[in-house]
Amino acid sequence: MPKPRTKKDVLVVETCLLAGKIMIENGSEMSRVTDTIYRIAENAQAYQARAYVTLTGIMMSPSSKIGAQIAVIEKRTFNLEKVSLVNDYSRQFAEHKITLQEFHSRLALIEKNVKDFPFWLQTLSAAIISGTLEVVFRNNLPDLWAACVVGMLGWIAYYMISKYIAVQFISEFLAAFVVAVASVIAIKLHLANSTDDLIIGGIMPLVPGVPITNAVRDALSGNLVSGPARGLEAFMIACALGFGVALALTIFK
Amino acid sequence: MFILNIFFVYIATVCFGILVNVPHRALNLDGIVGVLGWLVYYLYVNHFGGYIGGNFFGTFTIGIAGVLASRYKKLPVIIFNIPGLVPLVPGGQAYQVMRDMALNEYGLAKYNLLQVAFIAGSISAGFLVAEVVNQLLFKARHYRSPRHYHRDKLEKIEKKRHR
Repeated sequence: MPKPRTKKDVLVVETCLLAGKIMIENGSEMSRVTDTIYRIAENAQAYQARAYVTLTGIMMSPSSKIGAQIAVIEKRTFNLEKVSLVNDYSRQFAEHKITLQEFHSRLALIEKNVKDFPFWLQTLSAAIISGTLEVVFRNNLPDLWAACVVGMLGWIAYYMISKYIAVQFISEFLAAFVVAVASVIAIKLHLANSTDDLIIGGIMPLVPGVPITNAVRDALSGNLVSGPARGLEAFMIACALGFGVALALTIFK
Repeated sequence: MFILNIFFVYIATVCFGILVNVPHRALNLDGIVGVLGWLVYYLYVNHFGGYIGGNFFGTFTIGIAGVLASRYKKLPVIIFNIPGLVPLVPGGQAYQVMRDMALNEYGLAKYNLLQVAFIAGSISAGFLVAEVVNQLLFKARHYRSPRHYHRDKLEKIEKKRHR
């Protein structure tokens, strides 16, 4: 019994794809995305919906008679607030507090309305992370301030480079280079005691925490496509950081 | 020094939360989860010794506390897991590997690389066991596989049709 392609089916697919796209782009794990998509479909009475979710794209068909639609995911950043917002909307939709149409229009507004924390606050936090973790890891209290400054410089370099250059991993590489060079200079000027401690502290804001955690969670949920892909991303970032530091040390030692 | 370290871990975790843009209302609990994980790690390493066990139990604590926090705040679990993990990341050893390689000291590099590998392994093992405990004890919602989703509803629809 072939069903005609209805407006509602189209809207269901559009909403599911948009929700999944926002979640993956902002650093959610795959099982959560799959779960959210199926829940939205279930609550919209599209019981025959099927979806295939990977790190770089989503395919979804609302029923067996209608062709699948695709969403391509090209950029990946970290904004966990957007992930939790999509979650909230999905929950509201399940409780019939918002309609499907409202759900879709709210999702479309997320990209525009939800902002990252401001740049100065992020820079300040990067500085604080560097200083505090340097003390926690190495028990080197006198170098706290130098580590703060070094970490701040590294984060500014990372932010600016990833904003203006669209090459993956170059921002981590150059930021690590900046951190190492700044540390060596600080030692040469007798502002601090230990290069190692400064570099370890300065690199901590750049650590790929989101890809590491998601790689583990994806692999554990049995997603053998996206888990290793995330793991590779984390490994590449770690390598870029390491090569940046190693390059600076070989040049300036 | 110990109290200062706890305070610093709290601040660092909250600040990492700011870097990955977690929702405002989760920031405080992020810090508490991070401190709990680090405390377990620290006490284990100082009383029993061994980074592997310390990281395992630290991550395990983060996994359990993360699920409890996420239920309390009704937010995704990763919001609490990701910043909480930061004080346990083997950044120091990973850096030493690269430094030793850059300075042509491959013996030391190999030693540190093995340490990093084992710490990473124990972190994932900690998450794995925490996941198992969450499902068994707290009946945490584990994600269903797609083919279980609409089966009962489809059956109902079929029955209606036959009537």
